[in-house]
Amino acid sequence: MATVQERFDAIVVGAGPAGNAAAYTMAKAGLKVLQLERGEYPGSKNVQGAILYADALEKIIPDFREDAPLERHVIEQRIWMMDDSSHTGMHYRSEDFNEEKPNRYTIIRAQFDRWFSSQVREAGGIVLCETTVTELVKDTKGNVIGVLTDRHGGPLLADVVVMAEGVNGLVGQRSGLRDELKPDNVALAVKEMHFLPQEVIESRFNLKGDAGVVIEAMGTITKGMTGTGFLYTNKESVSIGIGCIVSDMSKSGIKPYNLLDSFKSHPSIAPLIAGSEVKEYVAHLIPEGGFRAMPEIYGNGWIVAGDAAHLVNAVHREGSNLAMTSGRLAGETIVWLKRRREPCTSVNLAEYKKRLEDSFVLKDMRKYQKIPALLHGNRQLLDLYPRMMSGIAQTWLRVDGKAKTAKESEIFKSVRKQRGLAGLVADGLRFARAWR
Amino acid sequence: MHIVVCIKQVPDSAQIRVHPVTNTIMRQGVPTIINPYDLFALEEALRLRDRLGGTVTVLTMGPPMAEDSLRKALGIGADRGVLLTDRFFAGSDTLATSFALSQAILKIGETWGVPEVVFTGKQTIDGDTAQVGPGIARRLGLQQLTYVSAISEVDLAGKSITVSRRAEGGVQELKTALPALITMLEGSNEVRRGSIGDVLRGARAELVTWNAAAAGITEMGNCGLRGSPTVVKRVFAPKARATKAVPIETRERDAETIAEDIIAQLYATQPALEAELLRTAAGY
Repeated sequence: MATVQERFDAIVVGAGPAGNAAAYTMAKAGLKVLQLERGEYPGSKNVQGAILYADALEKIIPDFREDAPLERHVIEQRIWMMDDSSHTGMHYRSEDFNEEKPNRYTIIRAQFDRWFSSQVREAGGIVLCETTVTELVKDTKGNVIGVLTDRHGGPLLADVVVMAEGVNGLVGQRSGLRDELKPDNVALAVKEMHFLPQEVIESRFNLKGDAGVVIEAMGTITKGMTGTGFLYTNKESVSIGIGCIVSDMSKSGIKPYNLLDSFKSHPSIAPLIAGSEVKEYVAHLIPEGGFRAMPEIYGNGWIVAGDAAHLVNAVHREGSNLAMTSGRLAGETIVWLKRRREPCTSVNLAEYKKRLEDSFVLKDMRKYQKIPALLHGNRQLLDLYPRMMSGIAQTWLRVDGKAKTAKESEIFKSVRKQRGLAGLVADGLRFARAWR
Repeated sequence: MHIVVCIKQVPDSAQIRVHPVTNTIMRQGVPTIINPYDLFALEEALRLRDRLGGTVTVLTMGPPMAEDSLRKALGIGADRGVLLTDRFFAGSDTLATSFALSQAILKIGETWGVPEVVFTGKQTIDGDTAQVGPGIARRLGLQQLTYVSAISEVDLAGKSITVSRRAEGGVQELKTALPALITMLEGSNEVRRGSIGDVLRGARAELVTWNAAAAGITEMGNCGLRGSPTVVKRVFAPKARATKAVPIETRERDAETIAEDIIAQLYATQPALEAELLRTAAGY
């Protein structure tokens, strides 16, 4: 059995956005980096909607637009409140988004992640796929000094282990660094890729060239559960999916694929994907517990980034940018310590947390820390309000010989009946307080 | 002993998509793998090496990115990787491929010792011809053992090898002289998983990269498109069948009822068949 004698500056667990960002940052700075990925190739296990936020990647690879596989840049955002037969939408479309360096792109993760990983290799990092980290290796004092994998040989030793292992955080869990995921804090999302000819996508969504549209949807589509749906335009396909908090799903007993089927057959969605061919069906967990569900993110010889650190902003549907930024900051912290010849102890790695606090990452996480609990305790926000809005819109828009004053009082009455004034005020206050 | 294993990088057929409109294969973003049949050849080579000593050289011809498969092969345990890559090889059919590979094998022999055994997989999953292995054997004058399911004996001193070969109607036990070329049957062994040391070595190894000239190839007319009499005229998707499989529900689980229900279903979908059977049966 071959033992590996050498010691790496850092071992990165996982080749998603967080792991790649960390590995790239460190390899680029000349550190000896080993990255381990359990999938057949980087991206084979990774699932996302997927939107790429340019800013986070630009700070790592400034000229990524030259060769990264991108689908469409987003010029229009639709937010739909849906009831069973309607949607009330807010659309924002701007020609300003057709800029030289667009801000958001749709991507296909299997392709994008492989590209990102190739950048890690080019920067000098060693990437081993089909290699699962089974546990962390600790010295007698409990400091993490390396990892064991599912292959013969080892352990692999390093000054620090970056755990960018994804939402499940199994390595951290097995090593006693974190608790098991709670069903309240994690959403299960299912997604399909629907192939459509480019011209069809462009005409259905009123698009030209590489421009794209994203739709975020909520309302009765989640059948009373906390969750959202989405539809993103790629070059020659449409990604459509829906996700709900796991504890809600297990309580309701609704099967994820049934939920997606019903979302797909909604009269507002069905025409957008009509005639398409489904080519991929995937499911994944999303850490949506927010700031309060975050595990410890650093310790003696270890550091956590991305989904594994529970860094997802569920309100803004952001995750990959938090992953990349936390990965980069983890990498930069380690490089900084190396240059100062300081060991990666818990005390020193606290710098990572500090940098996260200074960035948008923990600021946003803190800002929305009360939202998950709010949505949990107040499902009417996602069920009643979309219905109410649809009712108001319909009463207002139907021309039926009723006087407008009569319509106004009808709307007022129905709102009062559905929620009551006290309820409305309370919801508003609760929401404002959680948002603040 | 020195063993050469020829492998090919192929698109992962499990993940290939056919464009729903143009019917062309969408290669973009399709991951590549080592031709699965070649892995059995590689494993068999590694087993021979482990038993008898020596080295295993893995050879592939392809674009520069075929390097990935060589690294994978090294990660499984091969000792050396040779990448034969040159734009002159583009568009090679099996004739041109076996020419280029056989020349490279000669060069490998000059450089690291003449191989006693050359392995290939049974065939590739993208070309499915099973011609390149035999082509190499013919060009190099090697004894040829195709569809081998097991190697029972290698006598290096006596320069002979005994193998089991799958043939129609049974298994042949064949003995022949070395050097020989073996095309390995799928399922004949279980491909090992390289140790962490192996995959690390594979990821960092310096690969030997040869263009045509470095491999000692001078007859360029035998290479690539120029050396390939086979021309792909057209690629098309088979028409989808109009008829779909029909699940037949049976009332009971006993054979008699099942048979009756199947017959009833057949008659229901093909009334002409029923009439025909009744007509011919009436004569008995």
